[in-house]
Amino acid sequence: MLNYFHSLLFTMGKVTLGVASSVGRGALFVASLVPALPYAFTRIDLLVKQVYFSGVLSLPIILTAGLFVGMVLSLQGYNVLVDYNSEEAVGTMTALSLLRELGPVVTALLFAGRAGSALTAEIGLMRSTEQTSALEMMAVDPLKFIFVPRLVGAIIALPMLSMMFIGMGIFGGYLVAVGWLGVDDGAFWSQMHAHVDWKDDVVNGMIKSVAFAVLVSIIALFQGQDAIPTSEGVSRATTRTVVHASLGVLGLDFVLTALMFN
Amino acid sequence: MTTETVIRIENLRFQRGDRVIFDDVTLDIPEGKITAIMGPSGTGKTTLLKLIAGQLVPDSGSVTVYDKNVHKLSRSQLYVLRSRMGMLFQSGALLTDLNVFENVAFPIREHTDLPEDLIELIVKLKLQAVGLRGALELMPSELSGGMSRRVALARAIALDPDMVFYDEPFVGQDPITMGILVSLIKKLNQSLKLTSVVVSHDVKEVLSIADFACVISEGRIVAQGTPEELLASDSEYVKQFLRGLPDGPVPFHYPATDYIEDLSC
Ligand SMILES: Nc1ncnc2c1ncn2[C@@H]1O[C@H](COP(=O)(O)OP(=O)(O)OP(=O)(O)O)[C@@H](O)[C@H]1O
Ligand SMILES: [Mg+2]
Repeated sequence: MLNYFHSLLFTMGKVTLGVASSVGRGALFVASLVPALPYAFTRIDLLVKQVYFSGVLSLPIILTAGLFVGMVLSLQGYNVLVDYNSEEAVGTMTALSLLRELGPVVTALLFAGRAGSALTAEIGLMRSTEQTSALEMMAVDPLKFIFVPRLVGAIIALPMLSMMFIGMGIFGGYLVAVGWLGVDDGAFWSQMHAHVDWKDDVVNGMIKSVAFAVLVSIIALFQGQDAIPTSEGVSRATTRTVVHASLGVLGLDFVLTALMFN
Repeated sequence: MTTETVIRIENLRFQRGDRVIFDDVTLDIPEGKITAIMGPSGTGKTTLLKLIAGQLVPDSGSVTVYDKNVHKLSRSQLYVLRSRMGMLFQSGALLTDLNVFENVAFPIREHTDLPEDLIELIVKLKLQAVGLRGALELMPSELSGGMSRRVALARAIALDPDMVFYDEPFVGQDPITMGILVSLIKKLNQSLKLTSVVVSHDVKEVLSIADFACVISEGRIVAQGTPEELLASDSEYVKQFLRGLPDGPVPFHYPATDYIEDLSC
């Protein structure tokens, strides 16, 4: 019994220390990254490549997901609103849900799974095959060459992906509501137009998206940097990226929502 | 010797966890010469190169390159120093998303503003020297181990550095290629006055070109001198190592508990 208690204490202590030291390493990593940020704009070629990798290549999954999410929102919304004879509001409801919450959040979750995991794996493998060491030996700073373009690339790509997700979602909602359920075409759009506010809804949604981009890509880059440079270590780090980034996005979303819409 | 020392290692001590890799190592590497570093696998030859290049930091002692203490330099000063160094990594360490041509061109593109046709010329010259001009278009994943290492060698000398560190350049090369690489290292050293440090197990080949050689084992330098001096040495250690005999003072095993005891538990 005492033995059991002892080992429980030991494990708790070990886990706490592990978490504390990885938070510390993360903070140091961010601190080293921030001063190097301006270099992203001295190397436009690298930046464009990263926007392509994390942005353009994520488009198919983002557009498909957006379409389905919009269709489901519209269908569920219609079923509720029709009882109150206000099914024209389904456009407003779909647009607001997408702009304020689902657009930024679901895009960030998909981005963590699609681009974040790829970033971690790429950097982890670069380290395990000594490519980062080789860069350092060639007097090329991996911070400026690898990390900063990926971070800034994600910050540019994610809000754009998010907007496309929202656009696609509204289109999906329109298809279901107007094309299938027979909501009036003009009412669908005019209600939406009247109730969506530029600053409250659109700008706030984009701010969220930028915040999520910073969070997801920093987690992904740090996990890649911090991975044990073996295949097992890299595969674990990839999993951690998806888990930490997803939970982080959901938690941060609550905080931002409380700040913005309260 | 009348030559200047470019790399001076003094009282170097380095540990990995509890394992002491270097214990009070002192070594001078002369300018414009070929220095061979030999020693059993796992003694820390790669580690020594990384310490010289400032990628690892010693626990105590110092490494001075061109009269500058490597581990006291700022990041940008270190990068200036490194732009005078070329390193052939044991694993090759090619950038996997670039083809052979772009890998060799990489340091040139990063550090110079040369026009494209000149870059192409330099890259082809370097690749010709390692016998891989025909492999321009291949990706690193399409190369054999020996080929990757030769591309990495071409990349290490792309910018005509003042010093080159070769970590096991002969591993995985056939006898003919090996002969060519041996004479390439010699030629580079002579024509460019390159300071070369060659880590290798191929005692015969490396001693044939080295001006100076040292053997490290168990964290210490056990012998150093010209190849002739080493070959004539009557130290048991050196004799065993250079002739590759299984029995003698050089340990083949990673430090461990007693074998019989370990098996009988
Ligand atoms: N990243 C690391 N973490 C912990 N220990 C390491 C690490 N890299 C190397 N070592 C240890 O350091 C010692 C020296 O390694 P090093 O790679 O320098 O050997 P080496 O002399 O180059 O061997 P080889 O001839 O086989 O290449 C080894 O015993 C190894 O166990
Ligand atoms: Mg080695």
